Amino acid sequence: MNVLDVRKQFPILDQEVNGQPLVYLDSAATSQKPVQVIEKLDDYYRRYNSNVHRGVHTLGTLATDGYEGARDKVRNFIGAASTEEIVFTRGTTTAINLVASSYGRANLGPDDEIVITPMEHHSNIIPWQQLAKATGATLKYLELQEDGTIAMDKVENTITDRTKIVAVMQVSNVLGAINPVKELAQIAHKHGAIMLVDGAQSTPHMKVDVQDLDCDFFAFSAHKMCGPTGIGVLYGKKALLENMEPVEFGGEMIDFVGLQESTWKELPWKFEGGTPIIAGAIGLGAAIDFLEAIGLENVEKHEHELAQYALGRLEEMDGVTVYGPKHRAGLVTFNCDDVHPHDVATVLDADGIAVRAGHHCAQPLMKWLDVTATARASFYLYNTKDDVDVFIKGLTKTKEYFGNVFG
Amino acid sequence: MSLGNQLDTLYRQVIMDHYKNPRNRGELDGDSLTVNMNNPTCGDRIQLQMKVEDGKISDAKFTGEGCSISLSSASMMTQAVKGLPVEDALKLSGIFSDIMLGKDVEHGDFDLGDIEALQGVAKFPARIKCATLAWKAMEKGIKEDEKA
Repeated sequence: MNVLDVRKQFPILDQEVNGQPLVYLDSAATSQKPVQVIEKLDDYYRRYNSNVHRGVHTLGTLATDGYEGARDKVRNFIGAASTEEIVFTRGTTTAINLVASSYGRANLGPDDEIVITPMEHHSNIIPWQQLAKATGATLKYLELQEDGTIAMDKVENTITDRTKIVAVMQVSNVLGAINPVKELAQIAHKHGAIMLVDGAQSTPHMKVDVQDLDCDFFAFSAHKMCGPTGIGVLYGKKALLENMEPVEFGGEMIDFVGLQESTWKELPWKFEGGTPIIAGAIGLGAAIDFLEAIGLENVEKHEHELAQYALGRLEEMDGVTVYGPKHRAGLVTFNCDDVHPHDVATVLDADGIAVRAGHHCAQPLMKWLDVTATARASFYLYNTKDDVDVFIKGLTKTKEYFGNVFG
Repeated sequence: MSLGNQLDTLYRQVIMDHYKNPRNRGELDGDSLTVNMNNPTCGDRIQLQMKVEDGKISDAKFTGEGCSISLSSASMMTQAVKGLPVEDALKLSGIFSDIMLGKDVEHGDFDLGDIEALQGVAKFPARIKCATLAWKAMEKGIKEDEKA
């Protein structure tokens, strides 16, 4: 993979921000989009925009082919057995909420337990909190080790025969930790629980195979993997999805509608009420084509090198704390002594460097780390070692500036 | 070293002074109005305590965690409203909001003092909520007091 060739395909990167070349280090929040995706969306709206599944006319057929073709690309991309197991949603959040609202409410009661980790994104915490409140079930947390990784030797103190759902992120958006979700799925199954994997931070960066992981549900978003915003995927094992009720009712998801009773379409459409996210799905399909042409293993290797390089550079600096384990995905979360992460982000932005500052939608993890906020630089296939160097230089300037204030 | 004019309009000397040496930081003794507020987008939080006597804010103190802008603004806000009649404090809060929106404000008889230094924040939209947090807490406290 030639990163300079890759970069050329992302028009947004070729610009100045605040008079400096843009250094975009916030891909864990949302990734940039290559021309291949932008042109595909443009092409859909220019040539064959039409509603799906109902038109007899030619454009309707083209749109349906595009939409359902994207579903098959997703199926292949994550190694699912059938397109019946691929439900398009608005994103990871909606996908997890669908499982909590449908599977959760139907199958959990006051004696049951849900197990997650303290490092989860809010989108994999609050649906379970709400489910626990609604059903009387108990929400429990796996223990973390000092470096933020899951204490695997203690997992079965928490996952027991009372556990009905285990929900864990595959990659942490703050720590960069890569969680052993395959092993966790085995433990969950041993105790009769189902396993949901939040793949929002893994799917864009590494090869995912849902059948190999043997998870029951897997959720991810297109916009973090070169695709458009507003679309994501819920993968679910067919046997589970078949027995689940839809959570949204209306057009597009019905089989037969009577005055008092209605029946639903077969999988996966019973979960896709309303006109679906047609352009979004087509855009996601283009993003998958783009990533597969480069190869996820190349993306992963490139990001690993950048993260290790950035980690090394940060560890050389005085007064900088980096959070998370050494073995990590392509991001570094850190704090500087005496400089609040917001101030870090503002000063870096003045040099055209985009990083994230705040709680990263992980307030329980911030509490676990005993901080109110952190700064994060996250990398993707278009970032270079030069980007890391510019970032480190900017950070050195930031520390000097605030060091003078406190000097 | 220079960080360029744009940043210098944000991080003015007086702001850094309030950040480094916050005024009225701490908790009030005895009965007081207590307001807790946070900025959900970033996790900054403030606890503001005020004593309101005879329609005047006789004392105000704050604790909390946040960036240079939110903490210096809290420090300046407590300094500015101490001794003001409640309705003047609310008017001043309105003026401050207008400053944050980049409006040319008519501040009449109000001496803006150090607050004026925060006008550079208006050019950094992502940071406006940092600056207004303490003022929102003050408004909330007064409104709750009026209801009680």
